[in-house]
Amino acid sequence: MSERVLAALKQKFAADVLLTHSQFGDDTAVVAPSSWKAVCTFLRSDPEMGFDMFVDLCGVDYPTRDPRVEVVLHLRSMVHGHRVRVKTSVGDEDLDGCEVDSVTSLWPGADWFEREVYDLVGVHFRGHPDLRRILMYPEFEGHPLLKDYPADRTQPLIPYRTEAEAGLPLEKLAPFGRDEGMPFGRGLTKPAALASGHDDHAMKHGDN
Amino acid sequence: MGELKQVTLDASESSGFATTKLDALLGWARKWSLFKYPFVTACCGMEFMAVTSPRFDGTARFGAEAPRFSPRQSDLLWVVGTISQRQAPVLKRIYEQMMEPKWVLAFGTCASCGGFYDNYTTVPGIDKIIPCDVYIPGCPPRPEAVIDGLMLLQDKIARGDKTPGIVKPREDPASLVKLRLSKDSGQ
Ligand code: SF4
Repeated sequence: MSERVLAALKQKFAADVLLTHSQFGDDTAVVAPSSWKAVCTFLRSDPEMGFDMFVDLCGVDYPTRDPRVEVVLHLRSMVHGHRVRVKTSVGDEDLDGCEVDSVTSLWPGADWFEREVYDLVGVHFRGHPDLRRILMYPEFEGHPLLKDYPADRTQPLIPYRTEAEAGLPLEKLAPFGRDEGMPFGRGLTKPAALASGHDDHAMKHGDN
Repeated sequence: MGELKQVTLDASESSGFATTKLDALLGWARKWSLFKYPFVTACCGMEFMAVTSPRFDGTARFGAEAPRFSPRQSDLLWVVGTISQRQAPVLKRIYEQMMEPKWVLAFGTCASCGGFYDNYTTVPGIDKIIPCDVYIPGCPPRPEAVIDGLMLLQDKIARGDKTPGIVKPREDPASLVKLRLSKDSGQ
């Protein structure tokens, strides 16, 4: 429907538009991180584009890709009634260079979304007015939606009671089994792609 | 007043009097005047409303109706819903501010063990941070299960029993009759 958006992007940004595709009515453009802000500014301010509504911004970790973290932006134009999805990928295996320009100056609504992506996936947004964690607490270490964050690592703010304090065994009793809700068990919670090389921190936090 | 031990009534006195053990009397008085502090954080709150509202009337009948939104005036902490790691210090402080004697009720699977939120953000059961008297499983528990849990707690208060208890799963005899699975299906 809005293939002319993709055509306009390809025409204006040429080699910076790495890939476009249209599936199931969703038009997607993958752009180079260096042109992220320019593409967004064009989409916002060009009268033919007119993307005045910010819909969503999120981050996805693909541990086997390089660059590994994808930032996905969804936009809609209330004037023309079309929408588009813009993606870019940043950060190497160690998350070096995991940063992209903030779009809060174009759409103020992106503010908390960028904070969420920073909190959970660890993308730094250059020029964001207040880039703090939004869901996790400030003491939290790491970014929990990265695929190499151990599935059973918790970071309690206050120490848990010991069995001596409680005077009782604290291991969960039936019907509250340790693996309740996870019938596949804990051995498989590590992504297969990381099975080698990252074993050092995989299972040592299992004392919850 | 079947709970009062060693009760004797002297019929010769026109006014009459009763004797009992002090802790039995205190237990009896406490179990019928539980002032609750509802610490409601998630979807179980909807079921908590069902329990307390007229259809089930699950708290007023047991003297546990009046909520107190100050921990200093309440003696029963209802932990209703998921407790995130970020909320854990808050919950602990609320518990510590309550006056003795105090009791804690874990309402639902999340409060009891974290439920299916087995991840970086959720406390795997409030007993990891505060003592807990009664666990009510269910996601969310049916109001009948909550009433069961409240009665279990009353029983523990009357007996001065501080060991934690878990509400057992029960089958609904009415549904068994309907499905003709029960012997009393009236054939
Ligand atoms: S036990 Fe279920 S209903 Fe209750 S808070 Fe947890 S997820 Fe919600």
